[in-house]
Amino acid sequence: MNAKKKRRLAFAAALLAAGCVLAGVVVYGLGQNTMYFHSPTDVADKQVGEGVAFRLGGLVEKGSVRHGAGADVHFRVTDGKSTIAADYNGVLPALFREGQGVVATGAMDGSGTFVATEVLAKHDEKYMPPEVVAALKKSGHWQEGGAQ
Amino acid sequence: MTGELGQLALCFALALSLVMAVSGLMGTRAGDVAARRIASGSAMGLFVFVALAFGTLTYAFVTSDFSIIDVANNSHTTKPLIYKISGVWGNHEGSMLLWVLVLSVYAALVASLGRGGERLTSGALGIQGLLAAAFLLFIIFTSNPFLRLDPAPFEGAGLNPLLQDPGLAMHPPMLYAGYVGLSASFAYAAAALLVGEGGWARAARPFMLIAWIALTCGIALGSWWAYYELGWGGFWFWDPVENASLMPWLIATALLHSALATEKSGAFRTWTLLLAIAGFSMSLIGTFLVRSGVLSSVHAFASDPTRGFFIMVLIALAIGGALALFAWRAPSLQGGAAFEPQSRETMLLLNNVFLVAACACVFVGTLYPLVLDAINGTKISVGPPYFALTFAPIFFALLLLVPLGPQLNWKRGDLKAAWRSLYPALGLAGIAAMSVLALVSPRSVAAICAFAVAGWLIGASILDIRKRKGARASAFAAALAHAGLGVTLMGVAGTTLWRSEAITVLAPGQTMQVGPYTLRFDGVTRVRGPNYIADRGHIAVMSGGGVGAMLLPEHRFYPAEGQDMNDTAIHTTGLRDLYLALGDDRGQGRFALRAYVSPLAPLIWLGGLVMALGGMLSLWGRLRVREAEPKPAAPAMAQAAE
Repeated sequence: MNAKKKRRLAFAAALLAAGCVLAGVVVYGLGQNTMYFHSPTDVADKQVGEGVAFRLGGLVEKGSVRHGAGADVHFRVTDGKSTIAADYNGVLPALFREGQGVVATGAMDGSGTFVATEVLAKHDEKYMPPEVVAALKKSGHWQEGGAQ
Repeated sequence: MTGELGQLALCFALALSLVMAVSGLMGTRAGDVAARRIASGSAMGLFVFVALAFGTLTYAFVTSDFSIIDVANNSHTTKPLIYKISGVWGNHEGSMLLWVLVLSVYAALVASLGRGGERLTSGALGIQGLLAAAFLLFIIFTSNPFLRLDPAPFEGAGLNPLLQDPGLAMHPPMLYAGYVGLSASFAYAAAALLVGEGGWARAARPFMLIAWIALTCGIALGSWWAYYELGWGGFWFWDPVENASLMPWLIATALLHSALATEKSGAFRTWTLLLAIAGFSMSLIGTFLVRSGVLSSVHAFASDPTRGFFIMVLIALAIGGALALFAWRAPSLQGGAAFEPQSRETMLLLNNVFLVAACACVFVGTLYPLVLDAINGTKISVGPPYFALTFAPIFFALLLLVPLGPQLNWKRGDLKAAWRSLYPALGLAGIAAMSVLALVSPRSVAAICAFAVAGWLIGASILDIRKRKGARASAFAAALAHAGLGVTLMGVAGTTLWRSEAITVLAPGQTMQVGPYTLRFDGVTRVRGPNYIADRGHIAVMSGGGVGAMLLPEHRFYPAEGQDMNDTAIHTTGLRDLYLALGDDRGQGRFALRAYVSPLAPLIWLGGLVMALGGMLSLWGRLRVREAEPKPAAPAMAQAAE
């Protein structure tokens, strides 16, 4: 084996090792940082663990939005079948409205309230987050065209 | 009448693209001059007819011709002219037409510049003809922008207010110029495989550069838009749509570097071909992600499954075909030239390894949720921490190595000498780290590292520029682009590590504190825009007892679209942004107010601009040299540019 071949082999081996490390980090990273999406019914049924971050999606229940003294907001997220109370401390996005789709990131606290760290509203009138559509369809409360 | 004219133009364009595909591929045969002429001619014709179709659609939008479904669904008479025009590509059908328009511009450029010899050009035109034909079929059969609506409504449905913004009006054309620009290098690479001819990397270089510059600007514009429009104060969200534009950029950057090595020293011949294929594949995947409706995003106009399916088949054919061609022909091509371990080639190899690895991380993080959803319907999302864990260290390692490359010679370099010549840059890195340590508290290792590396990059670029004093302008391209990286890094580090925010509900006359600023809320007035009604907050930035500046963030309501939107107000010193978004009305004149202070935020986009300028210098050098020396294979060209 000449020097050039040896070098190539060493390079290939190093690349392979680096690739393995990268793959390991990627798998670990995905395992640590994926967030599941749950509908209120999922939360009610499956008992999502306390403090486990996930994304909650559904409709903002009509008449449920209450503002606290400061920047805190309380509302309820529903898929027609189950309803989950949610707390959020911050400014809601401009598109947030009662009776419309919402996706919030956060976790359940001990008392069965969802504490949101981030609230995203759907982007426009015609558009519903696909996850919310799927959740509404599952709970049987999806109306074709009606929810738009 | 206009709709039918556009429809007819599309059909002519389809016919011409097929002619161009067949004649272009036939023209790769040595003696077939006639086929080559036909291919060039049809490339020009393709451009004319696609431009005609696009012009027709633009005319329909500008004149609010609501008898066309696309216009009725996406436009409104009260919209300002600029958003009537940008509305053309603010929807699925029109944006696909823009895609093909850009493709036809590149085809016309390839035909008129004729770089790399007749056979190579002809082959490239043939491949571009195939792509144009496929996308024109897609438009005509699944996304026709000229379909009629009878009876025509009196008013259109309007355009998503988020898209009614000057930054975003320019973002899609810019990004498409980049995405589709990679089709030119893809076409050249495929042609080189067909013809078995070297020299394609040099022929395709201007197109790579144009694509890279456009991608850089497009990504910067998109990120800037997200920053001031979404009201979260962030500049990058690791949103799948953003990732869809980042992946082609990473590969295009790798391609620029690898093609340089291929051109200058003959190294990495087959690898460069593969990268050219991969780059455009990323563009296609990006188009699929953005346009198929699989993502919940402001970009997802389409939710028609046949469209997603069509694009998927198209991607499979393009990528699969190119890879098959590669597997078949690459072994017969001349292998790459040898080089010593201490050489610029080695550094470029490392550059490619890191960039491709970074792209792989983004790719996995972006597609994993989609794959999982497709397999068992589990809905997950991959959060920013994943990208911070995987992408960030790889990119950081890459940045550490960047200054070494330009200091090493081709083929055989001297790493020790290169290292020694970089001592002043190391000094600047040290100074940057020390000043962060001294000036900023609380101390953070991340900030110190980021600023040290930024100093290292910028210092090395200054050294490189000094070394090349007196050379032609294009010699400074790499130094400028690398310095841009350093500038952006400072912006990213400053914004993410030192940002302060405050969210408060204020009554008129009350003040709040954010970072070093004191803000006084002076109440809200109702204002009327061309097509919206807004609550305009009046916020005084206090300085030394008086009012330093007035900021006017708005909460707008667009009646045509029935939608609310925030319009943020940003007060910048160039080195620090004060960022305000007006929140919801809490009654009795009280409003929620969100304020951020983002140190160094403008540097993020300034750095992007500097990088793009570097690319432009290089491009300018290329095109100028060609004018001075028309013979494509002139050896003097090897020393041009970088």
